[in-house]
Amino acid sequence: MFDVAIIGAGVVGCAVAYELSQYELRVALIEKENDVAMGASRANTAIIHGGYDPEPHTLMGKLNVEGMHRCFELCEKLDVEHKKTGSWVVAFDEEQHGTLQVLLEQGIANGCEGLEILEGNVVRLREPNLSDDIVSALWVPESGVLNPWEFTLAMAEVAVRNGVTFMPNTEVTALSWREDHYEIGIRIVGAWHSAADEDVAKKNACLSSPPKEKVVMPDCRAMKISARYVINAAGVESDRIHNMVAPSAFEIVPTRGEYYLLDGTAAGHVVGSVIFPCPTRAGKGITVSPTIHGDYLVGPNAEVIADRSDTSVTRSALLDIAEKARRVVPNLDLRTSIRNFAGVRSNSTYEDFFIEKSATNFIDLAAIKSPGLTCAPAIARVAREMLREEGLPMERRTLWRGGRRVIRFKEIPEEERAAFVREHPLYGRVICRCETITEGEIVAAMKREIPPVSIDGVKRRAGTGMGRCQGGFCGPRVLEIIARESGRDPLCIEEDGRGSVILIGETKDPRYREV
Amino acid sequence: MSVGETNGKQTACDGMAAIEMRDDYELIVIGGGPAGLGAALSAREHGLKHILIVERDVELGGILNQCIHNGFGLHYFGEELTGPEYAARLIGRLEGQSIDVLCDSMVLEIIPDEDGHVLRLMSAEAGYRTVRSQAIVLAMGCRERTRGAIQIPGTRAAGIFTAGTAQRYVNIEGYMVGRRVIILGSGDIGLIMARRMVLEGAKVLACVEIMPYPGGLARNIVQCLQDFDIPLYLSHTITRIEGKERVEKVTVQEVNDRFEPIDGTEKVFDVDTVLLSVGLIPENELSRVAGVEMDAKTSGPIVFENGETSIPGIFACGNVLHVHDLVDYVTTESEGAGRAAAEYVLRQEDTSHVRVCENESYISLIKDGTVAYTVPQRIRVGRIDDGVRVFFRVKAPYKTPKRIVFRDGERVVASFRRPYMTPGEMEHVTLQRAQLEDVQGDDLLISVEEIK
Repeated sequence: MFDVAIIGAGVVGCAVAYELSQYELRVALIEKENDVAMGASRANTAIIHGGYDPEPHTLMGKLNVEGMHRCFELCEKLDVEHKKTGSWVVAFDEEQHGTLQVLLEQGIANGCEGLEILEGNVVRLREPNLSDDIVSALWVPESGVLNPWEFTLAMAEVAVRNGVTFMPNTEVTALSWREDHYEIGIRIVGAWHSAADEDVAKKNACLSSPPKEKVVMPDCRAMKISARYVINAAGVESDRIHNMVAPSAFEIVPTRGEYYLLDGTAAGHVVGSVIFPCPTRAGKGITVSPTIHGDYLVGPNAEVIADRSDTSVTRSALLDIAEKARRVVPNLDLRTSIRNFAGVRSNSTYEDFFIEKSATNFIDLAAIKSPGLTCAPAIARVAREMLREEGLPMERRTLWRGGRRVIRFKEIPEEERAAFVREHPLYGRVICRCETITEGEIVAAMKREIPPVSIDGVKRRAGTGMGRCQGGFCGPRVLEIIARESGRDPLCIEEDGRGSVILIGETKDPRYREV
Repeated sequence: MSVGETNGKQTACDGMAAIEMRDDYELIVIGGGPAGLGAALSAREHGLKHILIVERDVELGGILNQCIHNGFGLHYFGEELTGPEYAARLIGRLEGQSIDVLCDSMVLEIIPDEDGHVLRLMSAEAGYRTVRSQAIVLAMGCRERTRGAIQIPGTRAAGIFTAGTAQRYVNIEGYMVGRRVIILGSGDIGLIMARRMVLEGAKVLACVEIMPYPGGLARNIVQCLQDFDIPLYLSHTITRIEGKERVEKVTVQEVNDRFEPIDGTEKVFDVDTVLLSVGLIPENELSRVAGVEMDAKTSGPIVFENGETSIPGIFACGNVLHVHDLVDYVTTESEGAGRAAAEYVLRQEDTSHVRVCENESYISLIKDGTVAYTVPQRIRVGRIDDGVRVFFRVKAPYKTPKRIVFRDGERVVASFRRPYMTPGEMEHVTLQRAQLEDVQGDDLLISVEEIK
């Protein structure tokens, strides 16, 4: 019996797990994918928002500034890559200039500090690549960028270190209240951290007739677990989880946003801070922002889609994004793109975050859309208080081990490198040459609380394959290291999500011949 | 493989003797592929004693090691070899040359310095080191363009590989990457991999090229596609990739002359694998950080007639300079760079010699719209022996005979006839010293013209 089951290991679920791990509680963190941060938490603009955008009466408005401060604080504490870059909202005409005024007042009401509206010429002194047509801009100093996967992962790692049970590859199929607890129907796909799911097994001869004994058929088991309290942090599926225990109150309107990632070394200096156009009802618009890795993100558009898991990119959206981004940064060179990707945001028929006690001992942290990443730590604080009000006894752990340190070769000062590499030779072997990521960093990631199971899992932890070659060079080597460190067969190592197997068999094996 | 640092010696490479690394070298060659090997051997032959090759893989040979097909060496060795055989011949020449080799190692930074360039390099076994070298040869090769660079719409499913990555998995690691394959781009590696995948038992459904002409060598189109009945779709591209976990379907469309997909031309292929062969980019991050002046057209350094970059004592050769079709030309080019590096070092050591001043005059090779690039870009006439070989690519295919003309202003300095030219095949001509000595002004224009 768990005290609390958190459904969904995105940034909200992991922030709640982190918060609850500080108390004497048995907590389960249930995730249907093979890693944390597999939904909107991995594919977003990676921004710590300042808090001027949401209207003050909304939860978004109330939680944004608190969340922003907590984000910066947690990034420091948990050694998550981040940078306080500040951000600009730019106006092209008098009407938009008026909007800046509204945003400024909203921001002040929400608790933002240091906001100011500056004239176009002054703005261009600080961001010389911005369009000459920009007449003015709102400066938001207390904002920045972070590594959103690492942020989510870092909170989850600390939670697991302090006793939270992380259950990947586990889908919630039913929720029923039984007098004093929930019975949670779960479907576990494969053994935890295992290779591939049934459908893929059927598709891949490699798995249905494995060439090697050690490649076991992934099993799929239906089970039940129990928990006194349930937290719904299921993101884009949060309405479906809600509907398992309560009448429908909101509906997720899955909204896809597509992006370009531009190679910083090729693009040169583009912008030093996050650049927003004036927001409209459709959203915050196409952003041009630096990433903590020295690259640039351009996007997202906003397109309502039917399939909640459809993260494909489209030609029309990419063209549209390019055109809009060039209005703000006219000399933007999209030929320096090294990746396009898309994320699906949990927009909803209910315009605010849906944070409610919707049934006995059931708390919705649902419909968390932008600025959900920034707000996550504040949402977790609210969730904790709601649980307490609902009667969950909360006693601080006497022995809570917080904090986190990651060794990144690039950050080791020049004069210490020789001694460090002598002591730790694996940090002397560069695996990802675009980003200078060493084998030591990958092996360290494999040994942390939630080990990566895929090439992209390593990428999200160590930063391999982030650069201009997009893993073309290091991919095979990373695969080899994952197989070696985890004792798994290379044929079962996935590129990313469950079933995304890379290799289909060994050469010269007659079973793989397409006749 | 022996392990670790023993008696101050470092393990060099698989199968090679351990070395005792110096703190300063006459020449450090970055990259142990065909370019690096050619440069190091040539520098040795021309009198240098302290040479180090730094290679990031565990053995020398570079990308040749995974190119197990034949077709290498016809020009240079006068016989047809496989990639590993070609590499082995060069590696064999190292024997007895006392050239230091450090494998499994990366150069992290080059800091140019007149009194000897500073390099920071690192490996698990040699540790983190700072060494000096009077001359440097950049021979880091190139990398492949990715899906992101060409922005193919669709899902992020597994099963999308650059052709070279797939080649590594299949030829080196011994794994199959897919069973039903489509190839995007008709670059040479893609063509070679089309044939490889068929030979390994996969079905290759098509090769799709956005340009109206193939990107690779004509012989590869014939031997790798036509001989295996693999259709080549010119003026087509992939406009959508589908599949949640692994690629399932790919949509191919014809494109118009602005490279936009034409509605109604969609063809759908059921494939589990997409191989990308959409271009190679010289790997010049080290060069850029060092401050070497770059050519936007080649993505490589701008070089003089002897491979010297804008920084005295730093030379470049092979695919880091411009992408070659044939390794044979890489070898000859790198031998030139190695020799030039040796001459540079020996001139520095010879105190009686007046140091060549930096503003030594040179001719710039400029081009009109018919030529994509030239290498070298600059020629110091006083530095060449009898002539200088100029490599170039044309921008569009020419199926009828044309001439390559070099002019200073209106006057024709040199003219060469070519029966057939295509961007996929690198061309070269040799300009004679006498012709160059006559050039008026600082510029020499190269263009493709009709034969009158």
